[in-house]
This record gives sequence, structure tokens and C-alpha cells, in this order.
Amino acid sequence: MEKTAKKKSKLYDIWRQLKKNKLAIVALVVLVLLILVAIFGPFIAPYSYEAQSARDSYAKPSAQHLLGCDKLGRDIFSRLIYGARQSLKMGFIAVSVSAVIGCTIGAIAGFYGRWVDSLVMRLLDVYQAIPMMLLCITLAAILGPSLRNAIIALGISGVPGYARLMRASVLTVREKEFIESARAIDMSGPEIILKHIIPNAIAPIIVEITMGIGSTILAGASLSFIGLGAQPPIPEWGYMISDARGVMRNHPTLAIYPGICIMLTVLSCNLLGDGLRDALDPRLRS
Amino acid sequence: MLRYIAKRLLLMIPVLLAITLVVQLLIDITPGDPARMLLGVNATEEKVEELREKMGLDDPFVVRYGRYIWNLLHGDFGSSYVTQRTVVEEVQTRFPYTLKLVVVSLLMSLVIGLPVGVFAATHQNKWSDNLVMFLSLFCVSMPAFWFSLLLVQEFAVNRQWFPLSGVGSLAHWILPALGIAVGFMANIARQTRSNMLEVIRQDYIITARAKGLPDAKIKYKHALKNALTPIIMVAGSMFGAMLGGALISEVIFSIPGLGQYTLQALTNRDYPVIQSNVLILSFMFSIVMLVVDVLFAFVDPRIRSQYIRTRKKPIKAA
Repeated sequence: MEKTAKKKSKLYDIWRQLKKNKLAIVALVVLVLLILVAIFGPFIAPYSYEAQSARDSYAKPSAQHLLGCDKLGRDIFSRLIYGARQSLKMGFIAVSVSAVIGCTIGAIAGFYGRWVDSLVMRLLDVYQAIPMMLLCITLAAILGPSLRNAIIALGISGVPGYARLMRASVLTVREKEFIESARAIDMSGPEIILKHIIPNAIAPIIVEITMGIGSTILAGASLSFIGLGAQPPIPEWGYMISDARGVMRNHPTLAIYPGICIMLTVLSCNLLGDGLRDALDPRLRS
Repeated sequence: MLRYIAKRLLLMIPVLLAITLVVQLLIDITPGDPARMLLGVNATEEKVEELREKMGLDDPFVVRYGRYIWNLLHGDFGSSYVTQRTVVEEVQTRFPYTLKLVVVSLLMSLVIGLPVGVFAATHQNKWSDNLVMFLSLFCVSMPAFWFSLLLVQEFAVNRQWFPLSGVGSLAHWILPALGIAVGFMANIARQTRSNMLEVIRQDYIITARAKGLPDAKIKYKHALKNALTPIIMVAGSMFGAMLGGALISEVIFSIPGLGQYTLQALTNRDYPVIQSNVLILSFMFSIVMLVVDVLFAFVDPRIRSQYIRTRKKPIKAA
């Protein structure tokens, strides 16, 4: 009983700290709205993403088409709404993949130390010697262009960052007394990692995940831009930009809107991440 | 110090070897037949089989990998399946473009990012600081390729101040480099600001103030110098990210660099080219990270002394 009460108060504490940061709250609201749009997109969008009408080719913004239409007369506003789903999917799934794999590896390496640690660290060295975007592009291209493969590529490329961070956190927690007492009552290694190490080392990971979603969405958009991400006709923001490249001279807005969507999403992630970092940093507590 | 550098260089060998192994494995497990790609869909099965035999694609994995490494040790990176030109030849002409693009971007981000960061730190919490920091957040959050496209639209198409694409004069490099640099610039500015703010609170700054030193001297000599060390680290890791950005920028601006080469090779399943490009770019990145570490020790006497201590009392490597 006491444990849950303590946990609640800790979460509440973070929330109270975060609430003071107005920008972070705005960012949180924007992100929640975006997630809702991504989930309920098909119900909100006025048109389907592939509904074409030759009559509306490059239509100007109007009451019917809020942001106008593209070459095939598809409603830009609706396509942006559908695009939110693809972009957020890339960000959230890829980051979950990297965070889960990375944290597990990092926790094991940090907790067991010795040869396990050196082996993992040497492997991570190899991993990180390849520039991340190059790794992403190579993986995505070799696996074949599709949204799923792009997510796999992004997820795999993100692993080392989380692994290193988790390892560093674990190393600082490992020597604390409560770990020793857990050992004394004969808890097994995995149990200690799950119940004691991870909860106590998670703070920097949360910040990293929040920021990571933003940067992964950016990287994912780049992949789609060069044709290695989401495939047409399903709209994705990065792909929409590359689609509009040829007509930028006369219809620049076609490329501008999806870019703004990407920017707002990533900006919100960064602002929220900043806010969380401050809220989680005990030195900044008043 | 020299010993440290030598050790790091030696450690690079297994890392690079591992990279070649991983890329070879990746290529091996993925579907797609380069012989079929080359001959087209209409080629007969025998023709394809013959070419596979000639290219040595049917040999077992170990044989192919061994052959690759053997050739590599003799300075032979193989040649492109598609153009038949040797990779070495191709890389020699392309490499300078990519390097130039990345170096110009890096310089641009430092030259603009550092002063902006110092400015923000010295105007902490005033409206100018808030504005600069808010703008920089926008820059960090922008897709670089999108910003590049907007730059082209505005400054090459509408105003025609800069050439649209290609290489040649210095003017050709401004837009691509700016497109890559904008996010990093903002990143450096933010980093500089927070480092400066940390340093400004230190005792030696108060001492300098108490001595009556001029403000500019305190800011740039005492504070910035000490705030700079972590920024070198950031700039180094940015180099890797910029290499990634260059891959895409080269496509937008049709710069005939390594990025374009790699992307072409990936679409054509041109394995020797993919292999060596990943290897070369990773090698470049590893060298830069080594330079950063050395520079780090050079700038910060506290870190330098660590190396000297380890030399006297060697700690057993794990």
C-alpha cells in the first residue's frame, strides 16, 4: 500500500513541476491533439486521402477545401490529417522498439558488468561508428521501401543511444544500498533489474524518449522524402513534400503545409522533453 | 598522448572489420539478385546464372567475405556492377564534394551558433534571449530537406541570388550548406548558452570581475574558453549527423558526392559500392571522433592530465 502511495506522489510531483512550465504544457496539449487526430483521422477528415477530382486540380483554398488541393484534386487538409497517422506511427513505434531493446541491453550490461559489459560496449562501438542516417538509409533500402521497413530501420538505428544511457543510469544506481538489500533477500538478477534498477534509472530515459520521438519523426520524414518510407497513395508528410517538389514554383504551399506539420510535431516533442528534463532534475526544484 | 592515439587507431581496425561483416551479412540475407537487376527481366535464366557465376555470387558466404577482405587489404575496393568503374576511382572524384559540403556546414554552424549562444547567455531571460532561444527551437525542429527546398525556392528560383543546383563556384555551396547547418547552428547556440550560464556562475569568473577586468575579456576569454570544451564534443558528433544530412542534400542540389553515389548504389543493389561507401563514411566518422577526443584533451588540461596519469600507472584494459 505504502509503495503505491509513494509512487503516486512521485508522479504527482513531476506533474506539479511540469505544470509550472507553460510552454511544455502547450506542447503536451498539441501532442495529445495530434495523437487524437492520428487515431480518429478517418472520422475527422472531410475527404478520403485518395478521393480525386480532376476539376479541383490545384484548387485554391476555399470553404470546400480548406487548404486547397494537389495535382490530382485531392484535398490537402484531409491528406495532412491522414499523414499524421503515418508520421506519428513512425515516431512512436520506432522509438518504442529502440527504447525497449536499448534499455534491456543497457540494463543487462550495466548490471552484470565485467565481460558482458565489455562485449556489449564493443558491439555498440561498431554500431555507432556508422553515422545514424547512413545506417537508417542503408537498412531501409536493403529491406525494401515500405513504411514497416522504415520503422524497423529507424528502430534499429536508435538502439545504441538508449543502451548507453540506460547503462550509465544503471551504473549510478547499482551501488546503492537498496540494491544490496535486495540481493540480501535473495532476489534474482532479472527481478532486481525490473523492480529496482529500471524504475530508479528511468528519468533520463523518459526525457530521451520524448525528444527521440521528435527526431525519429524527422528522420522518418527524410526517409519518406527519398522514397524509402511510406509508399503512395497513403499520405505521409515527408512524402507529400517530395511529391510537391516539382511544382514548388507555382504551388509552394503544397510543400509548405506538410513541413509545418512536421515542424510543429517535432517542436512539441522538444518543448515537452525540455520541460520534463527540468521537472525531473532535482537540482532545479525550488 | 601518442600512445593513446595509436591505441585508438588500432581499435578502429576491429570496428571497421565488424562493419564490413555486418554489411555483408545484411546484403546476404536480403532478397534481390544483382545479376537479374543488371540483365533486366527479359534475360534468360541461363544468362543470369552465367553472370552470377562470373560475379562469384554463388560462392558460399565465407568465401565471398574472405575474398572481399583479401582484396580490401590490397587496396582493391571492387568495382561497380553497373558502371564497371572501380570504387576507388569513383570515390576519389566524389569524396571531396561531400567533405566540402560537410565542412562548410560545420563551419557555418559554429561561426553563427557560437556568438548567438554567447549573446543569449549574456542577455539571460531578457526578451532578446527568449526570442533567440525560441527561434532556435524552431530551427532544431525543422526537417532539413524541407528548409533546403524553401531556400531554393526563395533564393534560387524567385530571387536568383544563388545557383539552383550543381557544383562550381563558392555560391553553389551556400544554400546546401545552410540547409544542412540550420538545425546544427541552433543546436550549438543552445548548447553554448547553457554552458556559458553554467560557467558564468563559477568562482573564477567572480574573481575576474573582482580584478576589474573588462567585460568583453571576461566573456570571451574566461567564460567562453571554458564553455567551449563540451561544444567540441557536440560538434564532433554533429559531423556524423551532417554526413547523414549531406546524403539527402546532395540529392536535392544534385551534388555529385558520396551520398548520391550511395543512394544510387542502394537502388541498383550495387553491392561493392554499398559496402565500400558505408566503410568509407564510417571510417571518416571514426577519425573525426578520434580527432575530437584528442582535441578535447588538448583544450582541457584537466583531461590531458588524466592521460598522463594513465601512462604512468596503466590501468588494465577491460
